[in-house]
Amino acid sequence: MSISSSFQPETSLGSAISNTSKNGSMESPPPRNTPVLGTLFDKLFGLLAFLSVCFTLTVLFGILVSLIIGAWPAIDEYGLGFLTSTLWDPVKQEFGGLVMIYGTIATSLIALLIAVPVSFGIAIFLTELSPNWLKRPLGTAIELLAAIPSIVYGMWGLLVFSPILSAYVQLPLQKLFKGVPFISPLLSGPPVGIGILSAGVILAIMIIPFISSVIRDVFEVTPPLLKESAYGLGSTTWEVVIKVVLPYTKAGVVGGIILGLGRALGETMAVTFVIGNINQLSSMSLFAAANSITSVLASEFAEASDGLHKASLIYLGLVLFFITFVVLSLSKVMLAQLRKGEGTKS
Amino acid sequence: MSASNNFSDLKYKKFVRRNIVNKIALVLSVAAMAFGLFWLIWILYETLVLGLGGLSIATLVEDTPNPGEQGGGLANAIFGSLLMVSIATLIGTPIGIMAGIYLCEYNPKGKISIITRFVNDILLSAPSIVIGLFVYNMMLLAHFKAFSGWAGSIALSLIVIPVVIRTTENMLSLVPPGLREAAYALGTPKWRVIVSITLRSAQAGVVTGVLLAVARISGETAPLLLTALSNQFWSTDLNSPMASLPVTIFKFAMSPHENWQQLAWAGVFLITVAVLGLNILARSITSHKS
Repeated sequence: MSISSSFQPETSLGSAISNTSKNGSMESPPPRNTPVLGTLFDKLFGLLAFLSVCFTLTVLFGILVSLIIGAWPAIDEYGLGFLTSTLWDPVKQEFGGLVMIYGTIATSLIALLIAVPVSFGIAIFLTELSPNWLKRPLGTAIELLAAIPSIVYGMWGLLVFSPILSAYVQLPLQKLFKGVPFISPLLSGPPVGIGILSAGVILAIMIIPFISSVIRDVFEVTPPLLKESAYGLGSTTWEVVIKVVLPYTKAGVVGGIILGLGRALGETMAVTFVIGNINQLSSMSLFAAANSITSVLASEFAEASDGLHKASLIYLGLVLFFITFVVLSLSKVMLAQLRKGEGTKS
Repeated sequence: MSASNNFSDLKYKKFVRRNIVNKIALVLSVAAMAFGLFWLIWILYETLVLGLGGLSIATLVEDTPNPGEQGGGLANAIFGSLLMVSIATLIGTPIGIMAGIYLCEYNPKGKISIITRFVNDILLSAPSIVIGLFVYNMMLLAHFKAFSGWAGSIALSLIVIPVVIRTTENMLSLVPPGLREAAYALGTPKWRVIVSITLRSAQAGVVTGVLLAVARISGETAPLLLTALSNQFWSTDLNSPMASLPVTIFKFAMSPHENWQQLAWAGVFLITVAVLGLNILARSITSHKS
């Protein structure tokens, strides 16, 4: 930040220099037309850069406007009632989005439940425990998890992971909690390995790299002096992390978690493969097949008839965009807060 | 005397307890690391084994087969992917670099730059399927054909732009101000300073950003499902639906046909190798520099 701010005066400096050379009052250098061409080119170059920025801004605005236009027939027809209706019947042309909204939120929450403690552990390992020579390769390995395309997660999840989840996790869990109130309804239904739980688990694997790399980065921001003082007073590593590092970085940690949530909400292909794509909300079971906003868009959009069906799908897209926009903005604000605090505390 | 003994005893017990808590926490942290690595290794292992099983020369030279048909390959899908990814990179890279230049060199503290950084971070993590919906809607509004190779390329380019903006700006801001000032002192026009001095010294970082963006869109499926759709045949016509590797994998993996599933695994293997290869290449470029 501080580096770029010191460039500010250069704009005037640069133009001042080209102005004096344009006057050409000194004797020796032969008159050239480059200064004129240079300023013209300068203006053009600056304009191009400015237009590129404007383009980027337009994209976000354009997404919002085009989604509202595309979804208008459905917004007009259902209004906000769309968000609370569970009906989704393309044949009868009746649409409501609650089933998918529930699917999206449920899978993302399961993902967070698994990914947050794991990412926290990974960040502690990478910042406090790992020997220096292992830090880079292990950090890169975790980041590679984020590089694997989601379609690979999807296919692996459907054909490799879900049979194993069904046989070694879902069946034993059902047996263990048979008849236990509150828990057994959550585990009811055929344990086929496809549904909300498996989608949540795969999402968790996909967002672990995002959350853990943010947490690791903010952990590294903690001034070593603070940590060393705590160690000097006889704190254990765990106490240093919980009582010194975490309070110092908590805005950043929360920002990282919310960023992971934003990723999980918008993830498409992996979820589409393993969630089962069935519109139902009658069973609260985590093992039951369901649908999410992204999976219904991926599986129905290309074949949807024009008119209300397509408009309803776009409406769902608008809802998703709105949710992720809020979530991501929140994460940005949290992370910015940490950066602001950094200057005053250190 | 017994009182002080009791006191130190208590202190000792607390010390032991703190140490045990610490040990448990650290063991759990190692376990978390192992948990993360476990999935990476498992996924890569399965992709390698199942992917190599389905891979043959025919995969690379023959077109996608009909349902139930034996043999065939992924040639048209690979070509479609390469074509759309190249066009998207060609569109997205210049816009991204220019916007990054504006943010760092022209107006680093201006209101528009602050807003753009915010918007860019949102776009960076926005669901890619929403980008697909956006392009689909724009194509309809502009009375173009909704499903086409062009639409797919544009959707992918919108994913390239934020990645390139982010890395370009970060890398340019690392260039020491003295370099710029020295060039200005020689009377160099601003555009020349940016192109020949700043951009040049940030070259490695910017290339890394572009490579990461290419890696990201190579595996991107969701926006293509809504824009380029798919095509069973060899097609070089960007105005009609176009096959791509990810969409073909999606279609084939969900099908009950054995041959299609085999091809899907081969496709997954190709994509994973390409994407991870690009990632590692990108990382090695920057690490050499530093």
